[in-house]
Amino acid sequence: MPTEILMPALSPTMEEGNLAKWLKKEGDAVAPGDVIAEIETDKATMEVEAIDEGKLGKILIGEGTEGVKVNTPIALLLVDGESEEDLSKASVGAPPAAAQAPAEEPAEQKTEETPKPAAVPKAEAQPLPADPDIPEGTEMVPTTVREALRDAMAEEMRRDEDVFVMGEEVAEYQGAYKVTQGLLQEFGDKRVVDTPITEHGFAGVGIGAAFAGLKPVVEFMTFNFAMQAMDQLVNSAAKTLYMAGGQMGAPIVFRGPNGAAARVAAQHSQDYAAWYGHIPGLKVVMPYTAADAKGLLKAAIRDPNPVIFLENEILYGQTFDVPKLDDFVLPIGKARIHKAGKDATIVSFGIGMTYAIKAEEELRGMGLDVEIIDLRTIRPMDLETVIESVKKTNRLVTVEEGFPQSSVGDHIAAQVMQRAFDYLDAPVITVAGKDVPMPYAANLEKLALPSVAEVVEAVKAVTYRG
Amino acid sequence: MATAARKTSPKSSSAKSRSPAKSSSTAGGTPAVKTPKPEEFKKEQELSAYHDMLLIRRFEEKAGQLYGMGLIGGFCHLYIGQEAVVVGMQMALKEGDQVITGYRDHGHMLATGMDPRGVMAELTGRRGGYSKGKGGSMHMFSKEKNFFGGHGIVGAQVPLGTGLALANRYRGNDSVSLTYFGDGAANQGQVYESFNMASLWKLPVVYIIENNRYAMGTSVSRSSAETDFSHRGLSFKIPGIQVDGMDVRAVKAAGDLAVDWCRSGKGPIILEMQTYRYRGHSMSDPAKYRSKDEVQKMRSEHDPIEQVKKRLLDKKWASEDDLKAEDKKVRDIVADAADFAQSDPEPDVSELYTDILL
Repeated sequence: MPTEILMPALSPTMEEGNLAKWLKKEGDAVAPGDVIAEIETDKATMEVEAIDEGKLGKILIGEGTEGVKVNTPIALLLVDGESEEDLSKASVGAPPAAAQAPAEEPAEQKTEETPKPAAVPKAEAQPLPADPDIPEGTEMVPTTVREALRDAMAEEMRRDEDVFVMGEEVAEYQGAYKVTQGLLQEFGDKRVVDTPITEHGFAGVGIGAAFAGLKPVVEFMTFNFAMQAMDQLVNSAAKTLYMAGGQMGAPIVFRGPNGAAARVAAQHSQDYAAWYGHIPGLKVVMPYTAADAKGLLKAAIRDPNPVIFLENEILYGQTFDVPKLDDFVLPIGKARIHKAGKDATIVSFGIGMTYAIKAEEELRGMGLDVEIIDLRTIRPMDLETVIESVKKTNRLVTVEEGFPQSSVGDHIAAQVMQRAFDYLDAPVITVAGKDVPMPYAANLEKLALPSVAEVVEAVKAVTYRG
Repeated sequence: MATAARKTSPKSSSAKSRSPAKSSSTAGGTPAVKTPKPEEFKKEQELSAYHDMLLIRRFEEKAGQLYGMGLIGGFCHLYIGQEAVVVGMQMALKEGDQVITGYRDHGHMLATGMDPRGVMAELTGRRGGYSKGKGGSMHMFSKEKNFFGGHGIVGAQVPLGTGLALANRYRGNDSVSLTYFGDGAANQGQVYESFNMASLWKLPVVYIIENNRYAMGTSVSRSSAETDFSHRGLSFKIPGIQVDGMDVRAVKAAGDLAVDWCRSGKGPIILEMQTYRYRGHSMSDPAKYRSKDEVQKMRSEHDPIEQVKKRLLDKKWASEDDLKAEDKKVRDIVADAADFAQSDPEPDVSELYTDILL
């Protein structure tokens, strides 16, 4: 039977077009790649090329015809010794079943298989991991966050040859903020790699090495500079596992200080928790204490997924107790109840915890028993722990330094409203940074950040203690 | 299904006007490398190159057809005209070497030996596709074949391919990363960030710039201050050569040289493949920015497949009938892939939430 040449689509949205011109006439020989006709839409004109070798047997749609539907047979091609007599075998005019079937098949499948909005499958809830038990009598060692992070990297590098550290000034300079101090001396320059100042480039190089199975720990001198690398972090690191159907992904950690330091102004003072928290395919960790920094960084390095590990310059020098254990690893995705309470819940993370803790002390003096939850992980977020707390206290305040619009607190507030509305006795209040670029002047900078007083006021408001 | 082989144009001959390059410059202490003289292929090599290039050509024609029928969605960038580049380079590789490229990637996948069924089914978004239908034309991978994508963001594969090379050096193996990108991507900043690190750390990466003369619709001369892409590494002391990318023998010779260069620890090298795409940038590009004569001239005088075909016939290594039979074989493979890609079901809805995190 003659081969049908169909009206092609120029794009997935094109439904019909005009047959502008025939460049071959009936009886002409055509070879693959020969232009046989021109079609046009309101956007473009396009040449129709022959796929098969043969002879143009019959033109079904004449030159100048407008509104020809995609996949309509426009001509018949005689192939492999077919002659004009074979033309009658084609069901000219009627939509040929052979040509229509494959085109319609996916459409049918769509109506059958595409779920209606209500039927969209839900992601399965994962069982919550738990913190490991710390055996009775374990020595607690006062440790700075900076040392805890370094210890975590060193321990994981001793444990796994595939782990290496790269970034600006991580080796000979010993780290711009001295987080990688001593690593070069212990592990050598093959595993502690100074990079040029080239964030977009070395982020991509790290991800490529991770595709090949290595486990890079890439330090950004600060996350402000990681905006240069955002495409690699989001498009290459986060999405590859999905786009590869699970065949390959990027076991990589991006870490470094995030958020405001002191008096470094707008371009060096941004909190990216909400930005990375937006992206499926990433895990996002933002610890407060040294113990959490250590246990979670070790977990992040072992994790087969890309992990964004957000530290804070101001916290680097703060000291916390860290359990002296051979292998202290904490679960990513689990919040920690920093202090139990019954009158209201404050949820925070990272340096936001400093405001929450001071506010709780003041509120205690006013007779309020406030629960503080340290989220620790932004994604995947432990909303269960937050909701359980709200069921008990019925009041919620979130605290973070980031910009207020589409903040982490906004997400928590929306989720709690949807999943625990009946338990809320007051609207959720989200305390965040102000909606301005970070100013330089000391007084303005202070105003731009959240304050303990704002947190106290927010808790008083949700508990109606005006 | 038509099975006849295409008629050979009597004018068909090897590239004359596009004679490949002179040696690279030695500015700033960059090592001098000369474009190698292509060696004649043995019969098996010619036949294998013919098969592999024809498979890509026919596959892409079929993909274009399925796109026209609405069976392939989104963006679809065809490789027709550039077949000699990936086929010649692949002939220079050995087990363990890696390949990574941009979004015009169907040819690279077929050349690495990926199954045409799996590639076509990914184009139609079906569960038997290499990415279970979740990646599409621009985002496909094969761990088994060491093919690392398939990347949709222009230039992003260059740091990634450099990272593959970093992993090779880290592990102390002698594998080489073939990192492909186009003349358009060659103007992205991250390409030069990668050049710098690759040269600094002597990474085993071959940067293959497929110069098909147009970055989407913008010709090289309208987009690039330095149109000799083999010189793009000079500031980083990376040598480069220009290669007739329409002659699979020239590509293979350059590939051998480049891969040896990398394996012997000399660091990165650049191959500018002078090639041409016959079709528009993507399926929806009518290619009005160039003349029909230009396209026709390339097709009739420099077609990579016709060049091999002519040599096979001239040397009487194959008859017209043999080549017809080969064409039929290739068409059958492609028809089988197209049938599979249309009959294979769409992914199960449960796949929506899989493969996001491990």
